[in-house]
Amino acid sequence: MQRKSNQEYRNNHAARKAARSLGWLSIGMGVAELLMPRALASTLGLPGSVGLLRLYGLREIATGVGLLMTDKPAPWIYARLGGDALDLATLGVAAQRGYEPVNTSMALGAVAAVTAADFACARGLRQEKHPVTVFDYGDRSGFPQGAEKMRGRAATGQGSSQDAPQVSGMDAANREAPNRP
Amino acid sequence: MRALRWHGKKDIRCDNHVPDPSIEDPRDAIVKVSSCAICGSDLHLYDGFMPGMTHGDIMGHEFMGEVMEVGSANKKLKVGDRVVVPFTISCGECDQCQRGNFSVCERSNRNAKLADKMFGHTTAGLFGYTQLTGGYDGGQAEFVRVPFADVGPVVVPDGMTDEQALFLGDIFPTGWQAAVQCDIQRTDTVVIWGAGPVGQFTIRSAILLGAEQVVCIDNVPERLSMARAGGAITINFDEESVIERLNELTKGKGPEKCIDAVGMESHAARSIDAMYDRVKQAAMMETGRPHVLREMMYVCRPGGTLSIPGVYGGLLDKLPFGAAMNKSLTFRMGQTHVQRWADDLLKRIQDGQIDPSFVITHTASLEDGPELYKTFRDKHDGCVKVVLKP
Repeated sequence: MQRKSNQEYRNNHAARKAARSLGWLSIGMGVAELLMPRALASTLGLPGSVGLLRLYGLREIATGVGLLMTDKPAPWIYARLGGDALDLATLGVAAQRGYEPVNTSMALGAVAAVTAADFACARGLRQEKHPVTVFDYGDRSGFPQGAEKMRGRAATGQGSSQDAPQVSGMDAANREAPNRP
Repeated sequence: MRALRWHGKKDIRCDNHVPDPSIEDPRDAIVKVSSCAICGSDLHLYDGFMPGMTHGDIMGHEFMGEVMEVGSANKKLKVGDRVVVPFTISCGECDQCQRGNFSVCERSNRNAKLADKMFGHTTAGLFGYTQLTGGYDGGQAEFVRVPFADVGPVVVPDGMTDEQALFLGDIFPTGWQAAVQCDIQRTDTVVIWGAGPVGQFTIRSAILLGAEQVVCIDNVPERLSMARAGGAITINFDEESVIERLNELTKGKGPEKCIDAVGMESHAARSIDAMYDRVKQAAMMETGRPHVLREMMYVCRPGGTLSIPGVYGGLLDKLPFGAAMNKSLTFRMGQTHVQRWADDLLKRIQDGQIDPSFVITHTASLEDGPELYKTFRDKHDGCVKVVLKP
């Protein structure tokens, strides 16, 4: 049987789902940065950067909301990648100052992991730009006379087998008795 | 002869110098395979999720061909007959076979003691499906020995093509039994998880049996388009919530009949329970990923029926049995009693009610088999069903 095919652009559902998760993560991080910048600044070894952290919080919330509301998440993921670069640079400065070396290193590791997730998501979304071959099996009903005409054929005894099931209760339980000679 | 043999996880090869089979019992027959198929349950072996495979086992349990040799006690077949062979090997004489429970034949499993230990009691021998089910050579080969060949093989009438008859050996009766076990009524909504080959035949069986509404759940667009062609309403679980859509389709009451045509390798990927299963399976603390079973137990209407043609091999975790018990759900499952249904289904094909060849998307030689295992597993190239021509 011949196969019908055509070229189609498809959403990458896995990448889109990841983008939504990253959106929620963004909002969570943003709210934390906005509401407790002092605690974060001292924990991360960034004293005197309270205002900067608030700005970063606003940035995170903006990209998070963007990711959750858009049908085209790619630009927002690129925005997140830009933000990741800023975060890494800021934490790099904190590491050089060395106020809280352990906490700063852990934060660097965490941001690096999130950056990797952002990269993977961006790569997944880029695949949506390439058309894929899609096969259309809409002509393969398997019913030579059409599906609607066949509905209930085995139940009503219109076919060649008169003993097909449309029974209930104990008859149904007993129905499957051997039918071989 | 040439045959596809299992050499380890994800390692199936087309070997050239495999010994030809011979008659070992007077009821045997030797069949020259004209067509064989790769089944979804072969993928469990390919991926290494079923215990009991040994190096060099010949794969395949969906096959048909021409009878080349017949044992002296076999009065049913003669040389030259075209036959399709059920994947379950059944003696036809034991208590279970007499009751029509051919897939739990008490005599055909050569390694019954092994199966007794694993399952409590033995099940039937199967072609090409682990030492647990007898270690019989499979049908993805040029020739195959068919034990108890005076019981299982169905003689194919002239004029019927291999493509129409081949699936009588497994997936057509499997889909049919899955639907029949549900005791479908005209007012029923029947939901089928999985639009693979068994799912496709289950859809068509549910239509033939008169279900008012047949719904199929998957995430592969090609398979969903084939499901729609067969009369199903489809749900792509990547694009919409299964539970919300089912509630919408059933006015909030849930479907009466739920069918698991997926089995142990559920790919419902990104839910929390699916991730949990992946971790446990990787740590060898669970043999299957039963996301579909959990979802069926949750969505099914109270008093409904769950039918499970999908294959499971061992232990499952975190099943909401409280929901199942309190909702009075009925479970029906099992390997297919192929011999119970094959004659009737053959008549339906002859009658023009259904043409099973619709499901074939790839036809190739035996040498291409190993590559097509991968294509089929990964659902690449629109692959739904592979037929090999030795």
